[in-house]
Amino acid sequence: MELDLRLITPEERTVLERNIFLSTIEQIKAWARSSSMWPLQFGLACCAIEMMATGGAHFDLDRFGVFFRASPRQADVMIVAGTVTKKMGPLVRQLYEQMAEPKWVIAMGSCATAGGPYVKSYSVVKGVDQIVPVDIYIPGCPPSPAALIYGINKLQEKVRNEAKSGRRVINR
Amino acid sequence: MSEENKNHAGVPGSEPEQKANAPENAGEPLAKESIAGEAGKGPAETGAAAPERAQAIAGNDEAALAARRKAAEEARAARAAAAKAAAADGAAAGGGEAPPAPPKEPSPNQPKLDRLVRIITEKFGPSAVVESYINELDRHLPCVVVDPSVWADVAALLRDHEELKLEYLRNMTGVDQETHMEVAYFMLNLAEKQDYCVKVKTDRDNPEIPSVVSVWQTANWNEREIYDLLGIRFTGHPDLRRIMLPDDWVGHPLRKDYVPLDPEV
Repeated sequence: MELDLRLITPEERTVLERNIFLSTIEQIKAWARSSSMWPLQFGLACCAIEMMATGGAHFDLDRFGVFFRASPRQADVMIVAGTVTKKMGPLVRQLYEQMAEPKWVIAMGSCATAGGPYVKSYSVVKGVDQIVPVDIYIPGCPPSPAALIYGINKLQEKVRNEAKSGRRVINR
Repeated sequence: MSEENKNHAGVPGSEPEQKANAPENAGEPLAKESIAGEAGKGPAETGAAAPERAQAIAGNDEAALAARRKAAEEARAARAAAAKAAAADGAAAGGGEAPPAPPKEPSPNQPKLDRLVRIITEKFGPSAVVESYINELDRHLPCVVVDPSVWADVAALLRDHEELKLEYLRNMTGVDQETHMEVAYFMLNLAEKQDYCVKVKTDRDNPEIPSVVSVWQTANWNEREIYDLLGIRFTGHPDLRRIMLPDDWVGHPLRKDYVPLDPEV
């Protein structure tokens, strides 16, 4: 069976244009990945309560393809929800390293972003970006579920944009 | 009052003020004079400061500023009037500075405290109890400060004494008082709902207190926590390691002289 483009009639052409769309494999991958971002299921402090509320029936993260996974091997996103202490830091790093590529990190709340109210504490890491590379920072103390959903949407947007433009925003 | 005035008026204003303070027993004139001084200086001070502040703040804030100034003046006048009235009362009563405070009623827990001190001193001598007092802010809780050299034995006595029976150590905490280290124990007699507080003071440079783990098992983790954060060593503790901070942590962060190793991280 051969296909000669010159033999396609204008009627056939409109049908084809309506039913076939062309893309790159990178963009297809990004579309699939961004539509099934599975976060690692762990919480460090009160932000985790908001994260759980976001996962619950009312805000319903499932509708974005976001399912919490109990193992880092199955997770794509690490939502750092809460205060990272200096004792917890190495464990967060280890979890991040156990996640399979490609992987992303969301720093949820002011503690994970920059230490938050504990910025003068002796035991708190002033920003989880000192330990793992962060893609999205969500401000708030704690951020509302809507803010977390917005952050996840931003991450999805970022994944698709990076695939489209070929640029990487941060160097891993 | 004199300090406040000095702050307001600066150096020149403080001169007559000190003179006024000199005759101690002449209570009424002193009170009146210093109040008059304060009331007189008040508006002048705010008046001088106002243009500067008004310039710094946007124009529409001026009304708010004026309102605030007026409120402050009114409050000051009210305070002055109240003080004057009080001074007049004092003068009527006998010319003293203030009416003599009525003798304080003994605390309802004073017998409890006396009994506790007697139980301890009967067995360990008067030097065992360094100090004893009622903590009125905390439900008149009887407190004794025990000498650290006999503390382990005193603790066993408090638990086993058939009258006290302080079998439950409900809380234990350490404090850096800058002149010394202090550990406070809060014990409870569960059957009779009687509670007491015992404090033990120790040297700041070489803090060491006998452990009471053998008396109250609860003390185990509490002593580890106090060691972790304040560096007080509890001699006789079965396993005195850090409990919350990482094992390789340097220093004890709740000490007042703690210098963080990595303040920026």
